[in-house]
Amino acid sequence: MELQRKLEILADAAKYDASCASSGAARKDSRGGKGVGSTGGAGICHSYAPDGRCISLLKLLLTNSCLYDCHYCINRRSSNVQRARFTPDEVVKLTVDFYKRNYIEGLFLSSGIIQSADYTMELLVSVARKLREEHHFRGYIHLKTIPEASPALIGLAGSFADRISINIELPTQAGLDSLAPEKSLARTQRAMAHIRDRIDERLADKRKPDAPRPPPFATGQSTQMLVGADASTDATILQRADVLYRSYRLRRVYYSGFSPIPQPSKLLPINAPPLVREHRLYQADWLLRFYEFKVGELTTADEPNLDLALDPKLAWALRNRARFPADVNRAPREILLRVPGLGVRNVDRIIAARRHTRLRLADLLRLRIAMKKVLPFIIAADHVPTRSGLDADDFRARFLPPPVQMALDFGAPQATPADLVSVRSGEF
Amino acid sequence: MRSVFIEPSFEAWRQQARALLAAAVPPEEVLWSEQGEQAALFPASEAVAPHAVPVAKVSAAFLAIARTAAAHTAPQRWATLYRLLWRLTHGGERHLLSIPTDRDVRTVQEWCKAVRRGVHKMRAFVRFRLVGTDDATGREQFVAWFEPDYPLVRLVAPFFQKRFAGMDWSILTPHECVHWDGATLHFTPGVPRSAAADEDALDELWRTYFRSIFNPARLKVKAMHAAMPKKYWKNLPEAELIPELIAGSEQRVARMLMSEARPAKPAAGNPYLDRLRHMNDSEEPAE
Repeated sequence: MELQRKLEILADAAKYDASCASSGAARKDSRGGKGVGSTGGAGICHSYAPDGRCISLLKLLLTNSCLYDCHYCINRRSSNVQRARFTPDEVVKLTVDFYKRNYIEGLFLSSGIIQSADYTMELLVSVARKLREEHHFRGYIHLKTIPEASPALIGLAGSFADRISINIELPTQAGLDSLAPEKSLARTQRAMAHIRDRIDERLADKRKPDAPRPPPFATGQSTQMLVGADASTDATILQRADVLYRSYRLRRVYYSGFSPIPQPSKLLPINAPPLVREHRLYQADWLLRFYEFKVGELTTADEPNLDLALDPKLAWALRNRARFPADVNRAPREILLRVPGLGVRNVDRIIAARRHTRLRLADLLRLRIAMKKVLPFIIAADHVPTRSGLDADDFRARFLPPPVQMALDFGAPQATPADLVSVRSGEF
Repeated sequence: MRSVFIEPSFEAWRQQARALLAAAVPPEEVLWSEQGEQAALFPASEAVAPHAVPVAKVSAAFLAIARTAAAHTAPQRWATLYRLLWRLTHGGERHLLSIPTDRDVRTVQEWCKAVRRGVHKMRAFVRFRLVGTDDATGREQFVAWFEPDYPLVRLVAPFFQKRFAGMDWSILTPHECVHWDGATLHFTPGVPRSAAADEDALDELWRTYFRSIFNPARLKVKAMHAAMPKKYWKNLPEAELIPELIAGSEQRVARMLMSEARPAKPAAGNPYLDRLRHMNDSEEPAE
């Protein structure tokens, strides 16, 4: 098969992995060496596709043949998608050639599982090894690892890669049992624990005084959870993410809204979740990691899913109006972080500025804070919101996006994907 | 009122600013203009002798933001930077930089932000084209054409030097060009677009990748535009595909939704899967 055709198939097969980060790697560059490449600064997105996703890494599958039958996946064994397989050398050459033209930050390599987990893992590792050792490649490498692979191979992957990851796919074992029968949540988490320990070990070695520099190892691991393919609520998804962050210290959990795939499985839901659900999960994830929110605060027992119409911080504030208004000139950082419309950066700017001056609304305006959003929740030197405003019945309605008038078109309207879904599902 | 004419560079501004500070000239008495601009109402009054000696202490943080903001093209930047400098050194506002709500601080920070974004986008969107191999050294030679928002070549050159040390390259822009030969960076004057190669043999393969990695089932054109403004498209080999990808997405999704759903496929007799199933059956549930 021609290289171009292989690239077409194996990039198409890789696009359902949302992970794109190329930041957070150890600092290294190509000075004094024979090759090219550098990492360590902020990640760089070299292009953007019309799906709004950044293109930072050359994201490929080594092969899209797979023994497993995960029903959300286009590459599962019961799909009849065309199969292809790169040789390790083809991937190595593509990576280096693309990198030299500044198309990419590096390589993100994954694979369908062929023969066995170890066999596949060895192939993945061989690509990374060739890049590092034969081509002196110092760019970013992200290797997808297989939880069933031997710890020694996962360790080897970590020694060549800047980041390694294992996809948890679904937040519960029950979900996996129905959609990904070969996968085990416990085994995945065990593999994550092993990677965490290796990362910690290296950090500890690095901190030892007078010890020689330990050999490189990936600086972090990440994972992906599929949203909307099973019945899991946002609360279940966020609780799993919280466990992964706290117990396994993942750098990132990616949420991938399940989207229609060619060759769909009979077991899949017919309706893809709205894209905004994925967006709300990312916002909630940010609140967990940077805004000191506890996972239990994001949803309620009555409503285990995030509000699609409002961002989760605003939704929380509306449920907890008694805690507001907060005085920007006095409130502690953890309270300011809870004010809808105030981001981490602006909270820190406010705290720096108020040591020297009493903040007025004009100061906040200069920081480009969304005034309409924050005003009901804050007190400033020249502003006190009316209490009745916070308590008003229509308070929530004020933050909702304006209603969109339905277009009445009696011509021949084009069938939209949503129409087609409704034709298939019989839903009105 | 004094008129000061400078080359639009941080170094030129710094030299003049030192002289003005040494002479204790307050900012409201200085009219900053760039050389080549229409001479202002005031003729170049008694030229201040360039002053090489530091006359006042400012923090490294100020120098860093001043250097970055100087790369912006807002004509008021020289005056604003001098006012900031004056307030820090002569105005008794030593802590000014830690007041991000101050008008001058804010303005300069916004310029810095715009410049940093320009630098970031240049690192992302420069595209090298292979033009040959050096006969003597065997090193591959690449050339890129780029049109940055501001004259940013000197700010981004060190990044490319570190990243592409192992190849020879030139980045050509309308303002200034930079060249790397494995040993040193050389800077030369700007050139027109026609000086750079148009295509690279690999562009087609790159476009194949761009086409294949796009997911038609999640169109977010606005997000793409925000991150990759159209002004950059003309120098990106992949951007020509964008209209056809958007136009074709609806039909592609429709085809996916119309396609017959497929049943699960049992895999019997695969020793690896049999072992896996056995492991799964004996697995303790996750907490």
